[in-house]
Formats: sequence, structure tokens, C-alpha cells
Amino acid sequence: MTFLPKPKLHHPKLASNALGFTRRDYEGSISTLCAGCGHDSISAAIIHACFELDLPPHRIAKLSGIGCSSKTPTYFLGNSHGFNSVHGRMPSVLTGANLANRELIYLGVSGDGDSASIGFGQFAHSIRRGVNMTYIVENNGVYGLTKGQFSATADKGAKNKRGVPNNDEPIDMVSMALQLGATYVGRSFSGDKTQLVPLIKGALTHKGAAFIDCISPCVAFNNHEGSTKSFDYVREHNAAVNFLDVFEGRDEITADYAPGTVELVRQHDGTYLKLRKIANDYDATDRISAMNFLQTHHARGEIVTGLLYVDPDAEDMHAALGTATAPLNGMSDEALVPGNAALAKLNASLR
Amino acid sequence: MKPTDIRNPDYFHKVVDCQWACPAHTPVPEYIRLIAAGRYDDAYMINWKSNVFPGILGRTCDRPCEPACRRGRVEEEPVAICRLKRVAADFKGDVSARMPQGPFPSNGKRVAVVGAGPAGLGVARDLAPAGYQVTVFDSAPNGGGFIRSQIPKFRLPDSVIDEEVGYITDLGVETRYNTYVPSLKGLMDEGYDAVFVGSGAPRGRELDVPGRQEAAANIHIGIDWLSSVSFGHVKSIGKRVIVLGGGNTAMDCCRSARRLGGEDVKVIVRSGFEEMKASPWEKEDAMHEDIPILNFLVPKEVIQKDGQIVGMSFDKVEAKYDDKGRRSLIPTGAVVQYACDDVLVAIGQENAFPWIEKDIGIEFDRWGMPKVDDVTFQSTNPKVFFGGDAAFGPKNIIWAVAHAHHAAISIDKFCQAQDIAERPAPGVTLVSQKMGIHEWSYDNDVSIDLRFKVPHREKKLSLVDIKAEVELGFDPELALKEAHRCLNCDVQTVFAPKLCIECDACVDICPVDCITFTDDGEEDELRTRLNAPALDKTQDIYVSDGLKTGRIMAKDEDMCLHCGLCAERCPTGAWDMQRFLLDMAQVKPVSAPRATTSLEALA
Repeated sequence: MTFLPKPKLHHPKLASNALGFTRRDYEGSISTLCAGCGHDSISAAIIHACFELDLPPHRIAKLSGIGCSSKTPTYFLGNSHGFNSVHGRMPSVLTGANLANRELIYLGVSGDGDSASIGFGQFAHSIRRGVNMTYIVENNGVYGLTKGQFSATADKGAKNKRGVPNNDEPIDMVSMALQLGATYVGRSFSGDKTQLVPLIKGALTHKGAAFIDCISPCVAFNNHEGSTKSFDYVREHNAAVNFLDVFEGRDEITADYAPGTVELVRQHDGTYLKLRKIANDYDATDRISAMNFLQTHHARGEIVTGLLYVDPDAEDMHAALGTATAPLNGMSDEALVPGNAALAKLNASLR
Repeated sequence: MKPTDIRNPDYFHKVVDCQWACPAHTPVPEYIRLIAAGRYDDAYMINWKSNVFPGILGRTCDRPCEPACRRGRVEEEPVAICRLKRVAADFKGDVSARMPQGPFPSNGKRVAVVGAGPAGLGVARDLAPAGYQVTVFDSAPNGGGFIRSQIPKFRLPDSVIDEEVGYITDLGVETRYNTYVPSLKGLMDEGYDAVFVGSGAPRGRELDVPGRQEAAANIHIGIDWLSSVSFGHVKSIGKRVIVLGGGNTAMDCCRSARRLGGEDVKVIVRSGFEEMKASPWEKEDAMHEDIPILNFLVPKEVIQKDGQIVGMSFDKVEAKYDDKGRRSLIPTGAVVQYACDDVLVAIGQENAFPWIEKDIGIEFDRWGMPKVDDVTFQSTNPKVFFGGDAAFGPKNIIWAVAHAHHAAISIDKFCQAQDIAERPAPGVTLVSQKMGIHEWSYDNDVSIDLRFKVPHREKKLSLVDIKAEVELGFDPELALKEAHRCLNCDVQTVFAPKLCIECDACVDICPVDCITFTDDGEEDELRTRLNAPALDKTQDIYVSDGLKTGRIMAKDEDMCLHCGLCAERCPTGAWDMQRFLLDMAQVKPVSAPRATTSLEALA
């Protein structure tokens, strides 16, 4: 069995972005996940998003923990920084990296095991601190690397491959993120790139803790009749509240829409999120009603997707801590190690 | 859009661009794989079955396959298909045992073939093993026709012609060389069941300018001059030579002149350089031998002094296009003059049938061409069939061969009192190439090598010997690398919508973005909203419905690398790579020639 690299030849009309890169330049090495894995689609969506946003690959840091999902950073952004951490510890490593160098774009990639079980606490604290990052959970409801046991996000009553139902209550990562203060929260589905790519773009441009729960069917262990995370089930129960477009300047928004069907949200960095509403009564800037909406629809067996909440005026951890604006690697030794006199002065101020 | 009917053999045949473009529909990727495997005999036999003259065509073919080659669209240059064909011929062993083995039981029918060129010999090759008694007439002392008389030996050595003509005469074909057929009527009176006319387009077009007649001693008609050179009657030419004409004959003339004493040889054409009929590589070869090509010059006058040629004058013209895109050459008023000792006129060929009587039921059109059915190649006299240059005017060897196959089928049906309008269907096989997970029985690793150049003999050496072959051909190592450039377009991406779970894995992995799952629409509109817009309408879109979400799968065949990654990443086997082999129908031999395919060898 061989895994041939993807041929270097590409479509002769393949587009380049503002940096002169093609989409293919944002790829990584060939995926060794199972054929048809939803995670590969999410990797492709990340590649699309970074290409379309003209992000310089060397300014992106991708971090992950352990699991099928955490393997994926190898398969995209081959020219970016990467860190594969201990199981469940990605959020802490990301937080530390962000503190040291706030100028990189941080992309945390994790799974339902890595974030909802072993790394649950880590996940919670990185969100509540408001670390400026995009945190994607590739959620398939099973432990794929250990042959498909239910994970903490598996729905109660969902059946495993042998027909045995799950008895435990699921952890809803989106509800958790909302409650913990994430300032950009979305849910999507690996099989729907038209929804997923703009959601990732919005998250990458958002300043603050952006969280995306992406349902990603496990073709090997969780894509059967009775699963609630299969391609068929998610397609049947998908209740999208809106579709998102991300624009860098307002001028580009020219199309006319019927009043009340489109909502424009301006973010800190000047980008616009254009929300084409599907559920008319849904207000994506109201955290409490978002949480209510989620609970109501979850009770009906629906999977709510789309941009569920955004705080366009969010601030991040650095603002809260009042840290220096320059990254540590850009400071002189004198600034980093101010010496005994400075220490004595600080100590004196605390006496 | 209407879902694609992949059961129609034309659909997948079209995807194999090279095979589709080849008049004889040679299964190109199939033999290139065999060359890569070092199985030159097998590669040769596949060619031999389909195009009869692999060694000859591997050196001289006009290669309609190469401009069609997909590699030329996804990269810079097509696969060197033609020169790989030569590799099969050069490195094969003794294949005589694999030829149809006679004597063939006679079916009692006699067929006369006029002209031992590629068309006539092709007909003989197809009919002899089926039990026909075939007699080939030619005025030349040996077989080959224009292949032998027109193509200079430095491009095609006699030994190659002898070998491949020999394979045909060895089938028990009777040859009457040195025999000019002065009367078709007389020939038909000899009681043949059918006559095939493959007499070519033997007359060179005349130059009609003042001074032509006076300087006749130094003005030569290109094709006549080439055959005189070929048969050794002409051994030298003046130092300064003007070659008129922009076709391949002109290229052969100028390069031959360089070898016979021509030091200042130039080609002068009426039209622009780009519009010249000569193949680009033949122009390149000529220029490489220090032969300039001057364009937009219309012959005005042959300048002579007391019957001795001095030079030629030309009107300088420029191309103007009207609003319908039609070109006309407008004189600029300037006149240019070039000194010369000899002029070779290669401005076209014409058909000539002085030997065909007007009262034997063969109708001619107003251009003097016989009325020939373009499918059956039958003339208005049901017993007489035409093919090659004799049928529709000057073309190339590979066209003559293709005509021959069609005409042979017609002659066979005619002699067996069957309806010749009913054409036999090609044989088609479509077989999965899957060997295991990530394992295929073809090499799906796409090479990124650029086209390899065929080594040439050193110019200094080749210009002094008109028989020294210029192209040396690929050696096995280069051939292997060039063969790896082939994209295996005959290994088709076959989609089974019932198995598809729409996971997008194929879309994500496709290196050329040719797969899209989307809402159905009309073709023109659909083409614009695929993952990569598919604007070349000559290339089909493979459309499949029957998906769970109600969307369609649309695959643009244009840029597909046939790398099989869609099938490798497909979790359900909805995509499969299947080898498509299309075998053109031919006259059924009494005992079929054994042409082993790679698949049969694997079994």
C-alpha cells in the first residue's frame, strides 16, 4: 500500500491570490486518514479559507493535540508553523504561544476526544480567557483511532456500528463555548463547504476566541444507520440559521437583498460579515437568545448550523492583561530582562 | 443536463484524446505502457494491427495525436507519442512469428490493388489473411509508394520500409512491380471481384510565372526531384537553391538540397510562417540545418539570362483579414530578388487519373476527383474503391492507412454480398484496474518531467551523407522516462452514483479540480460554475445523477490527470479506474493475428 503524493500538476487556469499563491500552495502532505474522512474535507476548507483571505502561510501557527483530527495539520498549510502537543493540551500550548507572539494567526485543531474528554478543562479555560484564535473541533462522536468507541459528544440513544445505543448525555461543545464566553461561535458540517469555508474565514479574521464545532462523519466507525453523526443524518437534520460571506471592504457588498434578510456585521479589523438569514427570527449577536435557540432546536432533534453568535467588538486576552504590544521575539534583551534594579522596584511596589 | 451515457463507446474513446485524434484510432496509452514495461514486441504488434507501418510512422507520421494529447494542456508539451512508436519498432525482437501465418485458405475472391503505397498495402494486409487473392500493381521497382520515393532516406532508411512492406508481401500478396496500369478498364476486364485504387496524388503543381519555361533546366518539380534523388538519379544541385512552398515536401526538398551541395538554401513561402502547412518540427529541423524560411513573398518572375537561371523576384505581400476572418494577401508594392542556381517547386500536389476511362461508371467531380463515399470508400462503380491520396487529395500516411481499413471492410462485405453501408462496431472492453487499497495495475504516479528531446546525429556528419538518419531515436532509458509522461487517459474514471455518499473526498483530492457536486443545470450555465470553469466545449462533461441529495456529479474530462486519486480517496468505491480498450473493427482474418494486450498477459 502506497500513498502517492498529490501530483504537482494543477489546472492551468488555477487562480492566484493577492500574494501570488495558488490554492495548491496552501496544501500539506497527502492525508493518511481513512478514505472519505470528513476531516479531510475540513482540511480542504481551511486551505480554501486561508487562500481566499490571502493569508501569508508563514504567519499562521497550527496547533493540535492527539487523535485523527489532530493529525490533520500535517495535511494542510505545509509552509506554516505547527505544534503537535500532548493529548488535550493544545489550548494551553496555543495560549502560551499567543502570549509570546501575538502577531501570528493561531489555528487550533482538535477533536471531540481531545477537547471534550481529556482536554475539556483546557478547552474551557482557553475560551474563557478570550485567547485570539480559531479553535476548530472536528467532531465525529467516536474515537476513531481506537476503533470507534463513543466519545463525549455522542448523542444519547445514538447507536454504534454494532447497534448498541449510547447511554450517556452528550456534551454540546457549542453550548459550552457560548456559556464560556467565546466571542465567535459557529457550527457546520464537513460535507457542506459552501457553509464551512466562510465560517472559517470569519473565525480567522475575528479578534478573540472563535470556536467552530464541525460535525465530521467518521466513515469507518460512525456513518451507519442509527448514527447521529453520519452524512445522511446530518443532511436530514441540518437546520442552518444563516449563510455567511466574509468581505474585506464594504464596497464589495453590492447585491440587493430583501429587507430583513441580510445582516451586516463589521468586525474590529474592518472586515464585514454578511449574514444571509435563513431563520428570520435568529439574531446572531444575542448570546442568550442563541443559547435558547440551540436548546429548543436540539430538543427537536435538529442540528443547528451557521454563525450562531458573534461579538464584533470582542477584545482578547492581551487587552485584558494589558501585555506589551510587541511580540517577545521582537524585544531587546534589556527590555526582556530589565535587571535587579527593576526587580527591586517592582518588589518594593508590592510591599 | 442529460446524464452521460458511458455505454456509448464514443464517450470514453473521446477521453483518450490521442486515440480519438488518430485516423486509425491506435490505442496509444496501451502501447506506451507496454514500452514502459520493456515489452517492445507487444507494443509493436498493437501498432502493427492498427496502423500497419509502426517503424515508418514512428519516423514520419504527421502525428495528429500529439496536438490532441492531454499532457499538452496540463503541462507545456504533449507526450512524444510518435517517437515512442519508433522505440517499439527499434527495440523489438523478431516478430515474424507473430504475424498472421499463411498460407490462408482461399475464399476464391480476387482483388486488384493499384499502387503499392500505404493505402494499397494496407488493403492488401487486411484482405490477404481473410483468404483474398490480392494482386498489387505499382510502376516502381519496389513497394512503398511515396513512402519510398518522397521521404528522404535521412528521415526514413530503406531498411525500415523493406521490413514493413515485407510483412505484408509475406502474407501471400502477389506484387507486380515495374508495372504501370495504363487502363482501369483493361484491369477490370481481367475479372477481379473488386479493385482498390490507391494511386496517390502523383502530380506536382506547376509554377506559372514569366521565365519558367526559359529556365526549365534549373527548375524542378519537388516531388519528381525527390523521387529522382531517392532512386539515385540526381546526385547534386547548385550551391544556391530556392525552395518554393511551405509544406512538408518543401521541407524535405530543402534538407535534401543541403545534402547534395546546396550551401545557400532558402525556403520561400507566400503565406505567413505560422500558417505554413509543414509540421512545426519539420520546420524546426530545416531551420536547424541553416535553412532560413522567408514568408509573405509571392513568386513574380524567374530571372534568366540566355536560358540560364540567375535568380527569382517576389512581390512582398501582407496579410489582411476581412470582417469574416478571411485572409487575402495584399501586395505592398515592394519587390525583392534572390539569386539562385536552382529552384525546387513544392507548392502542392494534384491527383491525376489519365488511366481511368470516362465510360466505366466512375464519376468525377469538377475538380477531377472521383466521387467517393467517405465511409465506405466506394466509387460510383460498385466494384471500384478508392483510398489514400487518390480518394480525397493529398493527406498523410496515417490517413491512407485509416482509409485502407475502411475500404478493406467494404471490399470484404461487397465480395461477400453484404450491405457495405452497415459498418461493424468496434470491440470495447472496460475493466477495473484496482488491485488493492491504493494499488492499481497501471502506474498512476504522475511524472512531472518535461518532454525529452530525441537525440540527433551531429549536424556536421548528417549534412554530408544523404542516407545518414538524422534522428537517432530514444534509447530505452529515455524512452522509459518519456513513456512515464503518458497520463494513461484510457484508464477511465467511472462513477457509480448509487455507491456515492457525497463525502467530497474526491473533490478535495483532485489535483486539477475537475470534480464538482452541484445542482443540475443546462450545460452552458453548468460549465461556468464548476470548481474549475470548463470552457472548452470540445471536451465533455461527465454528468451523473441519482445522488441522494438530488445534486449531480459533474466531471470535466478536459484536465483530468487519470491519477486515480479520486478512486483512492473514495470510501465506497463509487469511483473506479477502468481501462478502456477500443479495438477498431477490421476484416476478420481466417486465423487471427496474435496481438497480446497487457491485460491478457496478466491473466
